Amino acid sequence: MPLDTGFVGRVYPATVPYGVCAAKIAEFADAIGDENPAYRDKSAAQALGYSDVIAPPTFANIVTLEAAYAVVHDPALGLDWTRVVHGDQRFVYERPLQAGDEITVVVTVESIRSMAGNDLIVLRGDVDTVKGERALTSYTMLVARSAEAEAESEVQP
Amino acid sequence: MSRPDFATLEVGQVLPAQTMIITRETLVRYAGASGDFNVIHWSARHAQAVGLPDVIAHGNLTMALGARYVTTWAGDPGALVEYGVRFTKPVVVPDTDAGAQVEIVGTIVELGDANKVRVDLTVTCDGQKVLTQARAWIRLP
Repeated sequence: MPLDTGFVGRVYPATVPYGVCAAKIAEFADAIGDENPAYRDKSAAQALGYSDVIAPPTFANIVTLEAAYAVVHDPALGLDWTRVVHGDQRFVYERPLQAGDEITVVVTVESIRSMAGNDLIVLRGDVDTVKGERALTSYTMLVARSAEAEAESEVQP
Repeated sequence: MSRPDFATLEVGQVLPAQTMIITRETLVRYAGASGDFNVIHWSARHAQAVGLPDVIAHGNLTMALGARYVTTWAGDPGALVEYGVRFTKPVVVPDTDAGAQVEIVGTIVELGDANKVRVDLTVTCDGQKVLTQARAWIRLP
């Protein structure tokens, strides 16, 4: 059954504030093999004009993906989360996240449409500091595959 | 850190290709760093149960490697003003020392106002595109 497009425009409550810290930034940079000194060395970040170490651009996925999952699991929306895959992801940055930021995500259902039996849902996540400064906006497209489409793909080579 | 000079850039210019390695260790590290503990990223048994050939990398990890490529070129990670990808094919990560090799190459496709550059990325693994519509806008000094 297609998703109810009446959910478009629905805004979910802000997530619990997440504290961006230097140790987590360094751990993330290590995990993706990124040696940029601005992620680990405060003076290197300051040389680029920041007040503290900054986070790699996709560090934001830590908070935006979790915020998106809260929507996916909203029983009112009725999405079968076992059929949901991450279709695409886009970030629009105002500034990099940096150590000391406390951030929240407010998710809005941007669009819902059906294509070839699959539901495509776009969630916008506004990532702001608790002081009210916009750091970035995330656009997450989730694809809820229909049971029929899934059955068909299984018989393909 | 050196930064590209906007005035010298040309549309169609291809940036140096880079190969990035994803091993099982990378996946363990990324799971911990990102908080994404989905079993298909660390258990072959679970991955195969849902029809995958083996453990696959987190799509967001592959996305992160693309960001690493383009911000390394830009010098300042904060120069990235927009970055988006479509997850097309999973990166299968065998339990070997060699792991999976992800090839990334960027092409300058547009020079905008305010020294903004659009770089499109071709991201492949085993000759197959794993990300499509991978594009970054970078603001240069």
